[in-house]
Amino acid sequence: MIGFGYKIQADRQIDYDSNNRRILEFVRDGEPSIDWCMSCGTCASACTAAMTADYSLRRLIIQARRGMENEIRESVYRCRFCGKCFNACPRGVNTRNIVYLMQLAATKITNHEI
Amino acid sequence: MKSVTIIGGGVAGLEAAARLTRMGQAVTVIEKSDQLGGRLNQWHALFPFRTPAGPLLSKLRNNVAEGMNMIVNANITGVEYNDDGFAIRINNNRMITANSVLLTTGFDIFDAEKKEEYGYGIYENVITSVELEQMFHSGKPILTAQGNIPSRIGFIHCVGSRDEKAGNLHCSKVCCVTAVKQAIEIKELIPSAEIFLYYMDLRMFGRHFEELYKEAQFKHGIQFIRARLSEAFENPDGTLQIRIEDTLLAKPLKMNLDMMVLMVGIQPQRKTGNLIDMLGLERDADGFLMQEDPYGSPFKTKIRGLYCAGGITGPKTIEETLIEARAVAAEINNYLKHKETYTGHEHFVMEL
Repeated sequence: MIGFGYKIQADRQIDYDSNNRRILEFVRDGEPSIDWCMSCGTCASACTAAMTADYSLRRLIIQARRGMENEIRESVYRCRFCGKCFNACPRGVNTRNIVYLMQLAATKITNHEI
Repeated sequence: MKSVTIIGGGVAGLEAAARLTRMGQAVTVIEKSDQLGGRLNQWHALFPFRTPAGPLLSKLRNNVAEGMNMIVNANITGVEYNDDGFAIRINNNRMITANSVLLTTGFDIFDAEKKEEYGYGIYENVITSVELEQMFHSGKPILTAQGNIPSRIGFIHCVGSRDEKAGNLHCSKVCCVTAVKQAIEIKELIPSAEIFLYYMDLRMFGRHFEELYKEAQFKHGIQFIRARLSEAFENPDGTLQIRIEDTLLAKPLKMNLDMMVLMVGIQPQRKTGNLIDMLGLERDADGFLMQEDPYGSPFKTKIRGLYCAGGITGPKTIEETLIEARAVAAEINNYLKHKETYTGHEHFVMEL
């Protein structure tokens, strides 16, 4: 596909009905507090990794709710597990465990285990 | 004994009527429809505790039944007044006189058909929050127009509110918490259903409202998507497709819904024959009745002896409306006691 002078753009639109939400289901089974998130972004503003990397737990949780697997797998491993998000969350979401389970789910998808 | 006429037999009017009667005033309630209770007649359960509306309605009506004059199916064709009092002409030939008048004529519900792009009145599976409440009230199962149990239901916030195109710039205030309440109710009736709320801002302003919002998320898995719908489309099978901007991801999103509930807003009464215009009272920019003195005496109008309470001065919860009704009753009682010396500008202190 090199040299044709054009390329096919991926659809920017989130296709909710076609997306697979198995990462959300996997995380929710182990950590139901993912449902408590109200997308305030306190976790992301406290985040160490976000200072140098394109990483946001607020965004990751929404991506899990929408079933955006590729986007999750791209950024979820950037977390350094410092745990500041867990201290910051106003709703007591177990953020650290959520990231851990998201990484686990992403790895399982890569290994065709879920 | 002095006389008070209350125009509007809804929540505010009935509660004020009961209080004024207990204070020893002669009360007449004028209601334009054929039943007392106003908007409460359309409601099944009240936020935040989902208190059944029926017992409150009966209580308000029963209080009124005790020794006061009630006129239903009343069409007011004219109001005259001087410093002594008011003469209200109803149904063209009957005259009612009063020393003081209380306006509790309430509000209108936004006509969802005006927001044509949402498809109300065009697509069969688009209903309003008022219709959903009546479905709850009927006790019948919630079904789509095709007779199926809906597996995915979306609530569209701010329909006819905070919308220049709809002619209403104000926030209707009570719809956010109503949507959360109705979402929980529908989830309890159809546990397998996926429920989505599309909001611009969630305004959980009242006591216990935030807890209800959390309950919707924690206990019922209801999804909140920050988005404002621009347009809905109907699929051949009668389901709906919506395209929204998922604002927290800054990406467009499309999804199907089996049923869409429009959270219709509260707006001022503008139809011909409304009492605000008939009496020549001023409106604020939002169209609701202007309060002459919002802090000192929020119920007073510029006409001596004429008071207002409830939805006529803006969207309010039933709790707030009841509090206003009790407060205005005390104020009118004071006015009638001191009528001769009342200049219209002082703030009365209740005599104990």
